[in-house]
Amino acid sequence: MAHSHATHATHANTKKNYTGIMDWITTVDHKKIGILYFGAGLFFFLLAGVEALLLRIQLMFPMNDFVSAQTFNELFTMHGTTMLFLAALPLFYGYMNYIIPLQIGARDVAFPFLNALGLWTFIFGGILLNLSWFLGGAPDGGWTGYPTLSTFNTAHQGMDFYSIGLQIAGIGTLVGAINFLVTIINMRAPGMSFMRLPLFTWATFITSALILFAFTALAIDLIFMTFDRLFSARFFDVAYGGNPILWQHIFWIFGHPEVYILILPAFGIMSEVIPTFSRKRLFGYSSMVFALALIGFLGFMVWAHHMFTVGMGAFANALFAIATMLIAVPTGIKVFNWLLTMWGGSIRFTTASLFAISFVPTFVMGGVTGVMLASAPADYQYHDTYFVVAHFHYVIVGGSVFGIFAALFYWWPKMFGKMLNETLGKWFFWIFSIGFHLTFFVQHFLGLDGMPRRVYTYLPGQGWDLSNLVSSIGAYMMGIGVILLLINVVYTIRKGPDAPADPWDGRTMEWTVSSPSPLYNFKQTPLVRGLDAFWKEKMDGNKGMTPAEPLQPIHMPNGSILPFLMSLGLFIAGFGFIYKDYDFNNALMNGLFNNYIVIYAGLLMLFGSMATRCLIDDPGYYIQPEELKEEEA
Amino acid sequence: MSQTNAHSNTALTGQLERATLEGRNKILGFWLFLGAETVLFGTLFAAYLGLRHQVLDGPTPQELFSLPFVALMTAVLLVSSLTSVLAVQAMHRGNVKVMLRWLIVTVLLGFTFLCLEIYEFNHYVALGHTFSTSAFSSSFYSLVGFHGAHVVIGVVWITLVILQMPRKGLTPVTANKVYVASLYWHYIDVIWVFIFSLVYLLGRVG
Ligand code: HEM
Ligand SMILES: [Cu+2]
Repeated sequence: MAHSHATHATHANTKKNYTGIMDWITTVDHKKIGILYFGAGLFFFLLAGVEALLLRIQLMFPMNDFVSAQTFNELFTMHGTTMLFLAALPLFYGYMNYIIPLQIGARDVAFPFLNALGLWTFIFGGILLNLSWFLGGAPDGGWTGYPTLSTFNTAHQGMDFYSIGLQIAGIGTLVGAINFLVTIINMRAPGMSFMRLPLFTWATFITSALILFAFTALAIDLIFMTFDRLFSARFFDVAYGGNPILWQHIFWIFGHPEVYILILPAFGIMSEVIPTFSRKRLFGYSSMVFALALIGFLGFMVWAHHMFTVGMGAFANALFAIATMLIAVPTGIKVFNWLLTMWGGSIRFTTASLFAISFVPTFVMGGVTGVMLASAPADYQYHDTYFVVAHFHYVIVGGSVFGIFAALFYWWPKMFGKMLNETLGKWFFWIFSIGFHLTFFVQHFLGLDGMPRRVYTYLPGQGWDLSNLVSSIGAYMMGIGVILLLINVVYTIRKGPDAPADPWDGRTMEWTVSSPSPLYNFKQTPLVRGLDAFWKEKMDGNKGMTPAEPLQPIHMPNGSILPFLMSLGLFIAGFGFIYKDYDFNNALMNGLFNNYIVIYAGLLMLFGSMATRCLIDDPGYYIQPEELKEEEA
Repeated sequence: MSQTNAHSNTALTGQLERATLEGRNKILGFWLFLGAETVLFGTLFAAYLGLRHQVLDGPTPQELFSLPFVALMTAVLLVSSLTSVLAVQAMHRGNVKVMLRWLIVTVLLGFTFLCLEIYEFNHYVALGHTFSTSAFSSSFYSLVGFHGAHVVIGVVWITLVILQMPRKGLTPVTANKVYVASLYWHYIDVIWVFIFSLVYLLGRVG
């Protein structure tokens, strides 16, 4: 349908050649961007994981003084914020970037340039947020950043790093979502109708729609916080008529969709991994699509279930309780479809499929506690206790992170061209998941026994000591598991066997191209003849896809440094805002920051790069058929 | 690509901005971006409507807002929307000269609007309605100022588009730029209509 753009323009424009680090900084190739997202996400995952281990050392024994109360607050705030915004979502974005164009038979995403922009704003926002550790103290108001706790402590810059760092990273997320939406709508290969899309693509589509309408609400909330803290606005200041509850409403209008933003991609991954390793087509494809869309829609209707104890009144609480419980219905549909896909299949127990199979019961446990939390009267007991901590870790670790690990073992060969070691992988799976249940299962009971969340220590003899010890031991087991994963990665990158194009007997089109995939993805755009496009060809006795076009020049975009520069500009301006009134005890620094010179410099860099992009068009270049044939030979 | 475009120009007049896949992608992406913008503005409106009675010691909306003045601003912005339509129509006819003329008028009107808004804000500050006076004033300036910032960006953007036209001529790439910029401009006008009714009219009636 949409692939005729290269048909007549055969004369090549100049190709820009970048090498080494410049190649990575300027790249607009969705595969390299995917790998960068993945690498940065993994880095932040390890960082937030270390923060979690420090938290668990502090809580291991009653009245422990391993870290101070202030440091504890900074640690749990940064752990949550980093995991949600800088680890989980970017890891998913890594897979989406690499895999979606391959699954839909496209040569690239719709906006390669914007794709790079999204990547770099995410990275620079994440760096800004984390530099706070070295510059006077990290954010300490919780990942939910509730005022007035977050707005009145202006002596400490932490929450400025939070509001501005997340703002910059959020721009990247939003840009990425628009890019995925347009890619999936406009760039599908001939025959790839919507109801033939692989479920990971569908999940990306719905997730991106959620991001589009949720991250924007967060953006405004963060602007309000920035204004209150840095420009003496009065949004949340009761003395001036402001209203702290306003923050909470806007935050959760973003926040609840955000938890679905983190789980829907995992649903998509499960719906790829489970059929592949059951050697069966997915049970109930159209009900799976329908359930995804319904969850995405209902996800916007339930935000106030995080605010049952705020005092909204019985009517509002009842309404939001019922809406919340409704979500369990489409979620249940998905769970049964996965079970029925496995039913009667010939299941292979690889690391990827172990994660996928154990995802199902683990996630269901999180869902069940979710429904418990959703009954508003009971939530008065659960709220802000370890019961909530147990709930969301069962859905986020048992759901999203298990999904990330399943995908890691499933798509690693495609992305890096090497097979991960299965023995090490299975050790990793068992140690990690036993550690996970040890850590979080006991927390249900801690919460029911009344242990509040976000406390840096507790008195002995309340019946909490043993559970906390068990929980900490479980956390180290998860840490050991992740070390095994890292060993696996390093070992196989150096020594591992090369991956074939289709190591798992796959069903979708990413397995039709070599591992790693060539620059242009498909030599000829494939023709899609059914659901599970590759499997259909295999069943018909074909080796690969039927081409939908003759061999012809392939149009490729040129790399560009501008996305990097724009994000750097935002980063510099962000610093300028955080320190605009700060006294450095240094005339030069004060001159630069207090006269807003740093802000102007950053914004100049941003808008200058944007104007350059607007004025100078880069038409890209063409790969000629002769080059393609040479490569084959 | 320029020679091939010369062919498609005649064949596809009226649809030049959609002539390539890239162009279609940009238009669709831009519509989605406008969807995101709607949530941004929607959140700002919600905050304003929730906080607008928190005037405290500052001047009230009734004391501040002068409807004739705001009506003038509205008229200027709405006319600029019309002129940007005329520019796109001229583009569809392939008439670059007329298109540029209307784009320049659009920019000038946008600029006039900005001058009026700056005057308005100055006036309010003189009356003691500053950014930090109350929750009402903070949310007012955030909402209307966010819109104003969009107008600034629109004016600069359309100016940049105008500047490159003489050099590049009408191609699928530049036609797309004109089209998308004018979409953006309409969108800002629509938002202003909401601001006019929900901020100024509602503020006068109380
Ligand atoms: C059947 C599905 C679900 C239901 C009924 C549900 C319900 C709830 C409720 C009522 C709360 C508020 C508890 C309180 O603060 O008192 C909550 C908290 C939370 N949920 Fe869920 N949930 C579900 C699924 C999920 C999923 C899929 C995720 C993420 C992948 C998730 C992540 C969270 C998080 C992060 C919090 C804590 C937020 C915070 O206070 O920091 N939930 N859930
Ligand atoms: Cu929720």
